[in-house]
Amino acid sequence: MKLISAIIKPFKLDEVRDILTALGAHGMTASEVKGYGRQKGHTEIYRGAEYMISFLPKIKIEVAITDDLADQVVEAIRKAAYTGQIGDGKIFVTPLERALRIRTGETDDDAL
Amino acid sequence: MRHSLIMGRIAAVVAALAATPALAQDAPKIDGADTAFMIVATALVLMMTLPGLALFYSGMVRKKNVLATMAQSLIATAIVSLLWIGVAYSLTFSGDGAYIGDAARVMLKGVGMDTVSPLATTIPEILFMAYQMTFAVITCALVGGSVAERMKFSAFILFCVVWLFIVYVPSAHWVWGGGFLQKMGLLDFAGGTVVHINAGIAGLVCALVLGNRVGFGRENLSPFDLSLAVVGTGLLWVGWFGFNGGSALGANSRAVFAIVATHLAACAGALVWSGLEWLQRGKPSVLGVISGAVAGLGTITPASGYVLPWQGVVIGLIAGAVCYWFCTVAKHKFRYDDTLDVFGVHGVGGIMGTLLAGVFATRAVTASESTPGVAGLLEGDPHQLVVQAIGVGVTVVWCVIGTLITLKIVSLFATLRVNSDDEREGLDIALHGEALHQ
Repeated sequence: MKLISAIIKPFKLDEVRDILTALGAHGMTASEVKGYGRQKGHTEIYRGAEYMISFLPKIKIEVAITDDLADQVVEAIRKAAYTGQIGDGKIFVTPLERALRIRTGETDDDAL
Repeated sequence: MRHSLIMGRIAAVVAALAATPALAQDAPKIDGADTAFMIVATALVLMMTLPGLALFYSGMVRKKNVLATMAQSLIATAIVSLLWIGVAYSLTFSGDGAYIGDAARVMLKGVGMDTVSPLATTIPEILFMAYQMTFAVITCALVGGSVAERMKFSAFILFCVVWLFIVYVPSAHWVWGGGFLQKMGLLDFAGGTVVHINAGIAGLVCALVLGNRVGFGRENLSPFDLSLAVVGTGLLWVGWFGFNGGSALGANSRAVFAIVATHLAACAGALVWSGLEWLQRGKPSVLGVISGAVAGLGTITPASGYVLPWQGVVIGLIAGAVCYWFCTVAKHKFRYDDTLDVFGVHGVGGIMGTLLAGVFATRAVTASESTPGVAGLLEGDPHQLVVQAIGVGVTVVWCVIGTLITLKIVSLFATLRVNSDDEREGLDIALHGEALHQ
């Protein structure tokens, strides 16, 4: 099992969800987060006062997936979240040791 | 307002002579149209503070200070209204002393259903009182913008009480209540000196005395929600029709001329400010559009009833450019923290507008049935510009002195500024125990 975490632009969330659903990923968690990467935020100017806004609003999605689907899901997220502009985000893949569905007690692949 | 006031004084003399039955028919008569118009104008000017200024200001502060900033506009309305009716109206508009009025109208003594002020002879005196009350209210509320995000609520309340009597009341009496500046011939149709210079200079003095906000120039102090400020500007803009139009004190052509000039100045100011931003920064900001509009509105105010409509455009253009420079360049160069640019917009606008009234005053517009009218520099008479400059000088000097005295008195009873922990936490929680939530 793999846990795929992706930081994406907020307006790309619906496209990512649609493509993951089509691939057979049954669920995902989305969080509103703030952060910065190479983009280093942006500048806002109010009556001549310049402010550096370092932490930009992003969406973090987390998807637990079986090993055989992991590469497809990563590629699908990349395609759906892509704009070509700086700040498109990042995808992280980590091994997942256990999973358990609270309602039924099913574990691992059956719980996903 | 000035010529209406002069006409009013003449009418007062006539009224005084009306003791004999033969002259009784010359007594002032309340006019229905004027009264209806002035009721609406009074409501419009109150709308400028509640909710106009409250929204305009609170949209430009940080989220943790939104309620505290609105609270300043609310409390200024409450306290100044009561003081106005109790004592301040009488000291401003009763009697004909050169420097201060008298106590004849304290607690509205002698104001009956049929009473008419000699200063506004076609509307009930209580309406004239209420209209002027809304001017005092917004002037005190404006000052709060300079010290937003750091002044204690208790200190602001005391400031309103003391400053009203030390600065606003004398100033309004000198300019509108028959005082020495009015006798000198100063043109201030709707409050360039009384409202805008006083608010702007007092704001600057308060900002300098209280000191800069924690993090000024280093931390992100960007506005919480500019959409609120846009809505507030709209209410101010429309309310200004009552502010300047109503200063004609009647439903007449001068009121309409003032309203049209006011609107044009706001439009011109908005265009210039955002245009300069576009040139300098590459983007016209929404805050720039509304700042330019308010600069145009404030600057046309003293001249609005004395100039031709197209001259309102010129005044708005000048206002947009000069106020832009003060708010975006001078403020940062000299590093004073006038939180919401009360000095840069209202103070500078008031000074310019008062001087420009002396430039653009048009005889045909200023003339009334009983007076020949006033010519400004553009019509070849430099005298009026000198009078205007004296009016500006007197107002600025007295406002600086009076505001410093006020702050000294207030500091004897309350701490002027919140402590730095409370300032970082935000005034909403620290002073009011309330906060905006998601």
